[in-house]
Amino acid sequence: MATKTRKEPLLYMEEYRVKQDPQDYGLADDVFSIQAFKEKLHIKIKRRGRPGVRSDWRVSRHCKCLRRMMLSDVPSMAIEKVYIYNNTSIIQDEVLAHRMGLLPLRADPRLFAYRTEESTEAGTEQDTLEFELKVKCSRRRDAGKDQSNFDDIYKNHKVYSGHLKWLPKGKQAQIYSESAVNCIHDDILIAQLRPGHELDLRLVAVKGLGRDHAKFSPVATATYRLLPLIKLNREVTGKDAYLLQNCFSPGVIGIDENETAYVKDARYDTCSRNVYRYPQLNDAVTLARIRDHYIFSVESVGALKPDVIFLEAVKVLKRKCRALIDEIEAE
Amino acid sequence: MVELKMGDHNMEATAWDPGDSKDWSVPIKPLTEKWKLVPAFLQVKGLVKQHIDSFNHFINVDIKKIVKANELVTSGADPLFYLKYLDVRVGKPDIDDGFNITKATTPHECRLRDTTYSAPITVDIEYTRGTQRIKRNNLLIGRMPLMLRCSNCALTGKSEFELSKLNECPLDPGGYFVVRGQEKVILIQEQLSWNKMLTEDFNGVVQCQVTSSTHEKKSRTLVLSKHGKYYLKHNSMTDDIPIVVIFKALGVVSDQEIQSLIGLDSKSQNRFGASLIDAYNLKVFTQQRALEYMGSKLVVKRFQSATTKTPSEEARELLLTTILAHVPVDNFNLQMKAIYVSMMVRRVMAAELDKTLFDDRDYYGNKRLELAGSLLSMMFEDLFKRMNWELKTIADKNIPKVKAAQFDVVKHMRAAQITAGLESAISSGNWTIKRFKMERAGVTQVLSRLSYISALGMMTRVNSQFEKTRKVSGPRSLQPSQWGMLCPSDTPEGEACGLVKNLALMTHITTEVEERPVMIVAFNAGVEDIREVSGNPINNPNVFLVFINGNVLGLTLNHKHLVRNLRYMRRKGRMGSYVSVHTSYTQRCIYIHTDGGRLCRPYVIVENRRPLVKQHHLDELNRGIRKFDDFLLDGLIEYLDVNEENDSFIAWNEDQIEDRTTHLEIEPFTLLGVCAGLVPYPHHNQSPRNTYQCAMGKQAMGMIGYNQKNRIDSLMYNLVYPHAPMVKSKTIELTNFDKLPAGQNATVAVMSYSGYDIEDALILNKASIDRGYGRCLVYKNSKCTVKRYANQTFDRIMGPMKDALTNKVIFKHDVLDTDGIVAPGEQVQNKQIMINKEMPAVTSMNPLQGQSAQVPYTAVPISYKGPEPSYIERVMVSANAEEDFLIKILLRQTRIPEIGDKFSSRHGQKGVTGLIVEQEDMPFNDFGICPDMIMNPHGFPSRMTVGKTLELLGGKAGLLEGKFHYGTAFGGSKVEDIQAELERHGFNYVGKDFFYSGITGSPLEAYIYSGPVYYQKLKHMVQDKMHARARGPKAVLTRQPTQGRSREGGLRLGEMERDCLISYGASMLIMERLMISSDAFEVDVCRTCGRMAYCSWCHFCQSSANVSKISMPYACKLLFQELTSMNVVPKMILENY
Repeated sequence: MATKTRKEPLLYMEEYRVKQDPQDYGLADDVFSIQAFKEKLHIKIKRRGRPGVRSDWRVSRHCKCLRRMMLSDVPSMAIEKVYIYNNTSIIQDEVLAHRMGLLPLRADPRLFAYRTEESTEAGTEQDTLEFELKVKCSRRRDAGKDQSNFDDIYKNHKVYSGHLKWLPKGKQAQIYSESAVNCIHDDILIAQLRPGHELDLRLVAVKGLGRDHAKFSPVATATYRLLPLIKLNREVTGKDAYLLQNCFSPGVIGIDENETAYVKDARYDTCSRNVYRYPQLNDAVTLARIRDHYIFSVESVGALKPDVIFLEAVKVLKRKCRALIDEIEAE
Repeated sequence: MVELKMGDHNMEATAWDPGDSKDWSVPIKPLTEKWKLVPAFLQVKGLVKQHIDSFNHFINVDIKKIVKANELVTSGADPLFYLKYLDVRVGKPDIDDGFNITKATTPHECRLRDTTYSAPITVDIEYTRGTQRIKRNNLLIGRMPLMLRCSNCALTGKSEFELSKLNECPLDPGGYFVVRGQEKVILIQEQLSWNKMLTEDFNGVVQCQVTSSTHEKKSRTLVLSKHGKYYLKHNSMTDDIPIVVIFKALGVVSDQEIQSLIGLDSKSQNRFGASLIDAYNLKVFTQQRALEYMGSKLVVKRFQSATTKTPSEEARELLLTTILAHVPVDNFNLQMKAIYVSMMVRRVMAAELDKTLFDDRDYYGNKRLELAGSLLSMMFEDLFKRMNWELKTIADKNIPKVKAAQFDVVKHMRAAQITAGLESAISSGNWTIKRFKMERAGVTQVLSRLSYISALGMMTRVNSQFEKTRKVSGPRSLQPSQWGMLCPSDTPEGEACGLVKNLALMTHITTEVEERPVMIVAFNAGVEDIREVSGNPINNPNVFLVFINGNVLGLTLNHKHLVRNLRYMRRKGRMGSYVSVHTSYTQRCIYIHTDGGRLCRPYVIVENRRPLVKQHHLDELNRGIRKFDDFLLDGLIEYLDVNEENDSFIAWNEDQIEDRTTHLEIEPFTLLGVCAGLVPYPHHNQSPRNTYQCAMGKQAMGMIGYNQKNRIDSLMYNLVYPHAPMVKSKTIELTNFDKLPAGQNATVAVMSYSGYDIEDALILNKASIDRGYGRCLVYKNSKCTVKRYANQTFDRIMGPMKDALTNKVIFKHDVLDTDGIVAPGEQVQNKQIMINKEMPAVTSMNPLQGQSAQVPYTAVPISYKGPEPSYIERVMVSANAEEDFLIKILLRQTRIPEIGDKFSSRHGQKGVTGLIVEQEDMPFNDFGICPDMIMNPHGFPSRMTVGKTLELLGGKAGLLEGKFHYGTAFGGSKVEDIQAELERHGFNYVGKDFFYSGITGSPLEAYIYSGPVYYQKLKHMVQDKMHARARGPKAVLTRQPTQGRSREGGLRLGEMERDCLISYGASMLIMERLMISSDAFEVDVCRTCGRMAYCSWCHFCQSSANVSKISMPYACKLLFQELTSMNVVPKMILENY
């Protein structure tokens, strides 16, 4: 492993600054060739959690833009219009509408079209999903006088996203099931009501881009980090070895039977650089990161699986490149 | 006569008892959780207790005293007639709903209905009607505006649940009034202490002045030295009166006696000799002669009363009542006054020899604070006296008249005068008290409800009576004696700097207590009555004089013994805990104070190097067995006022206790006030930054109270998602700021970004804004009344109007309901009508004959104005005090942060939004965290707000650990601990993270300091400020563009801009800006006479031969015409060029 990584371009994490390798000229020296790119590109899915959790990739360079694509160029469905027929709760109409907008929907955006300028207010079954939320809070008849728990006294005093009801439009009922389009979590608290309060809303969800509003972003966040590299410059033994181990994330530094520290797996280090705190360890390690080894982490909101989002992002990139090429060739 | 033995038992009595020397070696253990005493204190005292205490004292005690002092009304017309007040009471708050029906009311109802929250003042009287003696009970003489949470308030003693039923916030401190729907605070007024001798240098003249203040009189008396002679000066006398004449007028006739009062030592004799000779030269030898001399110098009264008195009698009257009015005179015995004057002379003599003996005016022990209670009691007494005087004149007038019904005073007792007097005084803030010739403006202010803290901060504000224009630094600068009493940080910048102050957290303001029992205790403790001694012992250097509330009580031989005894008695509860005793060694005096308005604060008593509060006491406090008052009763804690505080040795923590230490500070953070207490780690900041934050915390939006949704304020700002700060302080918890917060914890990266962050500008993350960061609600109201008029006409509200052609409601009336009032939930646009009110054209006093049906009406609609639409939150229809319909509409806007909106951290670091950046362009760290806000690091070096960096660190560790860190002043979480926490969670221990650029995607060279910082959104938003005009309205008179944003006014091309254009030579541009684009006007000018012509006809020349048209500014034409109207004829000479 050591022989392999030495060739890789490094970024040294010094105590006070990040420094490039003197031999590394970065992007400036790197002429893009599709051949080289193809050779270098390795994608390895390291861990795939349950959708909406986290998946890791190992991706080669030039793919930094995919993070941006995933954040703001991959579409998803979200509630865009809220028709308020009645709202007697204490939450203001605008705030309520804002909260509704942020609810994540399970509907697959790939199956829907964008709304266009020409499309009507009502929308069509191709570009619109409709929901309704009708909740009325009332006092429970059977509640005893000595009960103080709101759950026992009131009915519907908490409005959850599970209260949303899908109103199929046109033939939508035949194509989708309610569980395929509604809110991903049914326990998101929208509002609290008291007896007499009532919500009567009609919600219209459309397809949109994260660029327009964060609610359309298919990911909670998509991010990457560079692969850390830790090198021990000298032997660290005894007490210092344990100190060294404590300076890094668990599992990064191992200690063998001779009480000598060795680098077990640098991948999991959070790069806290706390070694520099101890003068006796200051010179023992070189901290670096591999400049073209990206560890992606895509936290999907839940509508699409992280790998699907990634592929969608690639498609968007492809489309963008095509558009650019068309533009150039049109000249 | 008292015999004097010099320095007999002084020594042994004052020797310090060292106790058991074995105890000394044991180190004093710091008391853990001593700070718990502070919440315990606030539980009994509260943050605004001073206001409430003072008001309670007024309505329960003082008002009875005032009525007692003015209990009898007699008439000169009938010696049998009298009216006697037997008792007075202030009732429970109620409201008059017409037809003499009253019902109990709540403060919130008064706020909504624009009425006054007040209670009836009722009296029991006894009077004569003819020869009958009649008793009447519960007679209304007026209504008293009630302070919220006072003893009679509907809110006192209510539980949180009951309060919420009354629509009141349980965290609201009270202490203010609701007058005509407005919340009004009577600010604490700072004044120079009365009844106290102050020696000072007045333009080179050494003088000693006393401002006497009693219930009846306020006067100022001076003793001054001129050319080696002493004089007494008083407003009622035209000239300075030689002091010996005064002594003789006061009954001390013999020179020897006078000299013995002044002092018999040769130095005093030498200095006083000239004054004695002065009197000899004036041939004043007897009391009568002295009074005659004084009588000749009296100021002639303008309104001479009918009674004829000789000048000497008047002088005698003056000495008895006015000069040194606070010194008691019983049975025409003026001895006390003579002693007092002699003391003043001696102060002047001492100060002449030793300049250090001048008193410091700015010393806080020489100040008294006037609170709502004392101000209102003055006002009430004035109004009550006026009412009685009017009753007397009515009686004088009516008794001689022969009528069928006998004269009955009760029929003439009107409640309106006292009601209106109190109400208008509080609502206008003009305090006019005739008998003191006092006229003060701005005593009350509208309670600022921008945020919870601004309301709380207003309740602790202290206003100084000092003029703002005077350029002296003394009263403005921070006085060392303000330690612990006033917040050193919280003062405004600019003209009121240092004059407006704020109370510290534990400050209490005393209310008056009876001095009589204290006097008895003092006499028992060995004070010799001053009236029983001659001048000789008074001036003995081993004798200490004892003063009580500025009056001489007596003297003592063993002052240390006396002081210790008095303090011991106080600790044992034999006298009020707010009685203060302190020694002045330079003046050889012991001062006892029982008066109201002194600042004081509690301290732990230290005896024999040990604090009396032990750990087990604190444990008992924790368990709830012990309350703060128990500490007082057990003599473990006592209150020290400023004077006594400066006579004590106070250790600030256990380590600092020395042999002579007398007290121990409870918690050092209490020396800051409410506003400064919000700042985390203020002791790490440059001091002005804390001051800036104190001003800015009051502009932050957030929560106002639990009842904010029920209020209809004229302006209210709320944050949609307020946070409790990640880094708290003890003060934040004590003031409940964490329950009613005003701000949000933003993840901040300290780095530069894009250049849109220079000059403190901030970069915001668009995704954060999309998710609700910085979103705020702005509420405004508009209201109107629907009146009935005297001519039986009335206002009316009309339904929406329909367009005749389309049969649709016209745009202006689109939001109206069928009743003509806007419907809740509607969105109103600019110029739309919210209440379609119409008013009868004629409302004056000519009742329409024969009730003709056609009354002409004019439309007076309430319309919405503003570029951005609003939503209607609520419509309220009610009736106000005048029984008119009152309609209030609450309008709401939700605002999203935009470029130019102002934000500030809690360290006086404000900035406007410079750029809003998409999330993908924001930098992010290894964990994928991207900041909500980017702050430029240049904000740090010059501001030196180290506290902010610590807040960031503490907040970050708190997030990882899932807890709140503390940034309490002079304490708080230690940096080491915070760093250990960060390290434990795999973060860099200095808080700097590895970041990637969001734009290029590559790592940044520097590590970025990032973490959560509590940011406040301030009320200044671009939407309220943006203004531009291409064309718009003009003023009628000058035809020039209007002024100001609210009138859509023009932007002035001012003098300096004009100068630039002149120097550049752009004359046509000047012409364009100043005339053509403004108020160009075509005028006809007659070339023969140079006057203005009209319609090509010169009226002066009676010809149209030489009339030409020129254009000039309309304002210029107006000027010419106005000059002409004043017989100045401006002439224009026209030439070709």
